Amino acid sequence: MSAEVLPYTIKPHPVTGLYNGKFGVWLFLASEVMLFGALFSTYIFLRIGAPETGPAAWPSGEETHLSWKIGGLNTLILILSSVTMVLAWVQFKMDNFGKGRLYLAITAILAIAFVAIKFKFEYAHKFHMDIVPSTSVFFAIYYTMTGLHALHIIGGVVVICYFIGPGAKLWDQNREYYTNRIECTGLYWHFVDLVWIFLFPILYLL
Amino acid sequence: MSDAHADVSKHVKAYIAVFATLAVLTIITVWASTWHLSHPMAIAVALAIASVKATLVAMIFMHLKWEKAGNIWFVIVLTVFFFVVLVSIPALMHSDRPLGTVFSSWG
Repeated sequence: MSAEVLPYTIKPHPVTGLYNGKFGVWLFLASEVMLFGALFSTYIFLRIGAPETGPAAWPSGEETHLSWKIGGLNTLILILSSVTMVLAWVQFKMDNFGKGRLYLAITAILAIAFVAIKFKFEYAHKFHMDIVPSTSVFFAIYYTMTGLHALHIIGGVVVICYFIGPGAKLWDQNREYYTNRIECTGLYWHFVDLVWIFLFPILYLL
Repeated sequence: MSDAHADVSKHVKAYIAVFATLAVLTIITVWASTWHLSHPMAIAVALAIASVKATLVAMIFMHLKWEKAGNIWFVIVLTVFFFVVLVSIPALMHSDRPLGTVFSSWG
């Protein structure tokens, strides 16, 4: 399918005032807010319902065996990847394809680092200690929320790698279209960062 | 195109400033957790800082500050409204019946 078939990939749609891709991503993000919102709601439900004492009580920071150092490091990695993502878009906007692609590659590497740290130093370590989703209510919601978030990171890496590799052909055909697709990827990526900004304190610190 | 160049290059300073702010706020969040605040206060402080960070990401990285199309704001206001409803449900139930009594029966 040629790029010309899709309408309003560059110019804003007269009704929405946005090019179609961007409007679509915002609608998608609205549905994502509902998905994560349901889980945040579940977290609140479980937490305020937990008894004060006894085996079903909400665990304290020490009892969860979650390291704020690892969580904090991953927060910084994700924030940095958001900056490199938006800088990639800036470079494409300024017609610097090489630099733009470099920033995309850095973003992908940071994202992979996030997932690697999550799996190697957190999940693997927990499984080794026999801490699994069925261990407690806390770990059930911890694995569900961070697992879903990690899947979103992996999805983002796939899209970013596509635009570094085969998707980059679009740059030669239509630069503005390609730049807009990077902007849409960025919107998704910043949303994933935004979710983590809330996950980090509620799971690691409170 | 040159206008666009000038526009986006102006944004770069904002991106770097936001990154620095987010990094500092992350450190403050961790630091705040060592203050030994009462539980509701600790949650309020952590969520307030997270909300500031989220607003910065949405306004600057997601370009909402420079977004002129009103339809985006329409989508966002609706989304935020339903999100607030969603996370308020447990609180509403809590006011109806103390959940502690429900969960303690789980053993």
